[in-house]
Amino acid sequence: MDKIFLLGNPNVGKSVVFSRLTGIHAISSNYPGTTVEIYKGYLKIGEEKIEVIDLPGTYSLESTSKAEEVAVSLLKEYPKDKSAVINILDATNLERNLFLTLQLIEEGFSVIVCLNMCDDAAHRGVHIDVERLGELLGVPVVSTCAITGVGIKLLIERIKEAHSSPKNKLTHEERWQEIGKVIETVQHLTHRHHTLREILEDASVKPLSGLLISGIVVYICFKIVRFLGELLINKIFDPLFFDFYQPILERLSIALGQKGFIHHLLIGELINGKFDFKQSLGVLTTAPYIEFAMVLPYIVSFYFILSLLEDIGYLPRLAILLDSLLHRIGLHGYAIIPVLLGIGCNVPGILSTRVLESKRERFIASTLISIGVPCVPLQAMIFGLLGNFGGFYVAGVYLVLFSISIILGIVLNRVLAGYSPELLIEIPPYRFPPLLILGKKLYFRIKGFLIEAAPIVLLGVLVINVLLYFRLLDFVTGVFAPVIQGLFGLPKEAVIALVIGFLRKDVAVGMLMSLALSPKQLFIAATLLAISFPCIATFVVLLKELGLKYLIMATLIMIAVSMVVGSILNFVILR
Amino acid sequence: MRKISLVQLRENQKAKVWEISGGRILQHKMMSMGIYPGRKITKLSHFAIRGPVVVKVGRGVLALGYGIAAKIIVEIE
Repeated sequence: MDKIFLLGNPNVGKSVVFSRLTGIHAISSNYPGTTVEIYKGYLKIGEEKIEVIDLPGTYSLESTSKAEEVAVSLLKEYPKDKSAVINILDATNLERNLFLTLQLIEEGFSVIVCLNMCDDAAHRGVHIDVERLGELLGVPVVSTCAITGVGIKLLIERIKEAHSSPKNKLTHEERWQEIGKVIETVQHLTHRHHTLREILEDASVKPLSGLLISGIVVYICFKIVRFLGELLINKIFDPLFFDFYQPILERLSIALGQKGFIHHLLIGELINGKFDFKQSLGVLTTAPYIEFAMVLPYIVSFYFILSLLEDIGYLPRLAILLDSLLHRIGLHGYAIIPVLLGIGCNVPGILSTRVLESKRERFIASTLISIGVPCVPLQAMIFGLLGNFGGFYVAGVYLVLFSISIILGIVLNRVLAGYSPELLIEIPPYRFPPLLILGKKLYFRIKGFLIEAAPIVLLGVLVINVLLYFRLLDFVTGVFAPVIQGLFGLPKEAVIALVIGFLRKDVAVGMLMSLALSPKQLFIAATLLAISFPCIATFVVLLKELGLKYLIMATLIMIAVSMVVGSILNFVILR
Repeated sequence: MRKISLVQLRENQKAKVWEISGGRILQHKMMSMGIYPGRKITKLSHFAIRGPVVVKVGRGVLALGYGIAAKIIVEIE
C-alpha cells in the first residue's frame, strides 16, 4: 500500500481528517464543495511514509460535476491493490452516505470506513452500532470526531486493516434496499425536542423568515467587518505607524539629504516638506502603509466573518434565497459561494467556480467576478480614495459595479450558447466550530495574503519609482493619453495608475492619491480600476481555469465594458 | 392516491417519490443523493418566481432547482 485516498460525500469533513492525518492545513468549511482542488500530504506509519490524497466530495462513483470527475478519475486510475480508501461518512446522515460506501465495496476497493461527526450525531439523538456496521459491510469501521481529534489515533492504527470485501454489484434500487436493511439494524434514534438550532435551521430555508434572517445576517456582518477593521486601524496600525515608525523614517529622510535617487526610492516625494504615508510613494513609506494599515485590517475582519459564516453553514442557505435572481444571469444560487470568496480575493473566488457544473456557468461567473466583484484590497482603496468625499461616492461605485454585473450577466446569458444547470445542493445543519479551528483558518488565510501581497506591493512600488524617476513611462502615457483624457476625463498620469493596477490593485492607489484629482475623476478612476483588468494573479487563474480562448474573450469583454462605462460615467452620469 | 410534481406539493406535506421523469443523468444524480422511487420525503418550502424547492430526505435537507423539482413526480394520499 503506497497511497491512501480520502473519499466521501461532500461536506463530511474530509479536509479536517486530511489535516489531522498529514499535518497540512486544508481549508474546511460547512458547505458542500469547499475542496475543489486535490490536496496531497504524507502520513508516517512506523517507518513507512504513505501518500494521502484528499479528493473533492462526491455522492457516487459516476461523476456529475468537474470536481467529482477529478476525484473519481484519479481514484480509478490507480491500481486497487496498491491503494486504500478511507471512506469518510457523516454519522448524522448515515443512510445517504452509505450509497457511496457500498459502491466502493462493490467495485473492490480496499476500504476502511471513518464514521465522522459522531459527537454531533449523539447530540441529535442518532446512535450507531459501529461494530455491527463493520460486520454488515465487511470492512473495518472507526468512529471519529475529526474536528476535536477524537478517534484519529485509532484510525491511523487501523488503516493497514483496510481490505476489500467480496460483494455482488447491485443496481441502484437494490443498493438502496440494502442500505435500508443496514440502517434498520445499526441505527437507533432517540426522540428529541426541537432545539433552537433546529428551529433556526428550518426558518432559514423558508421564504419569508429566510429573507428576514438573511437581511439581519448581512447587516450584522457588514457592521462587524467595519467595526473590527476600524478598531484594528485606530488602535493598532495607525499608532504603530505614526508614533513609532514615522520618527525613524523622518531621521532617515534627513540622513539621506531629503532628495536624490535613494531618497526617492525609499521615502518618496515630500509634500510640504514632510513625507505622507498615503502619497509619498516610497518603498518604506507608502508600500507598507497601504499593505498593513489600510488593507490588512480589513482582510482580517472580512475573513473572520467569512470563515465564521462558512463554518456555521449559513452560505448554502443564502444560495437558496438568491437562486431565482442568479438564474437571470445564467447562474444558479450556488454561484454566491465563488462571489463571496471573490470579495476576499478574486483568485480563490474564481477557483471555487468549480462548484458550478457547466463551462458556460464557470465562464460567466469568472468574468463577472473579475469585473464586478471588488476584492478587499480594492475596496479598502475605494474607501481610501473616496471616503473623504462622503458615503455617497463610495456607495456610487458599488452601485455601478453591481449594475454592470447584472447587465453584463443578462447579456452573457442571452448571447452565450449552452444551458445553465439547476441548483442541486445539500443544506448542511448549523454547526458551531471550536474557536481554535476558526482561529487557525483565519491565521492561514492571513498568512497566505501576506505572503502573496507584501512582496508584490514592495516590488511594485520600487519598480514604479524607478520608472518614474527616469521618466520611462512617458511613452506609455503618451499612447493611452487620448483615451484616458478624451474618453474618461482623467489626467494622463492616471494611465500609470491603471497600468500598475494590473500588478496589484492596492499599489495603484498611492499613484492616484498623489495626482490631486477631483471627486468625479477619482470616482471614474476607482471604478475603472475595478472593472478594467483584474490583477495579474487573477489573470493567471483565469488562464488556468478557462483556457486561452475564453481568457481572450473575457479580456475583450473587460476592455469593452471599461470603455463604455468610463465614457458613460464621464459624459452622461457625472457631467 | 394522486400523482403530482414536487412543485405542486404543499409545504410541510409528506409524499412518496413515484418517478423521476428526467434523463439518465438526472435520475442518476437524484438516486445518488437519496431521491428514488419509493422514498418518502417532506417538502419544507418553496421559493417564489420559479425559485428552488427544499425537501427533507431521511435526515438530510436538499435544495432542488425549480426545473428539477418539476420533474420529480410524487404520490400523495
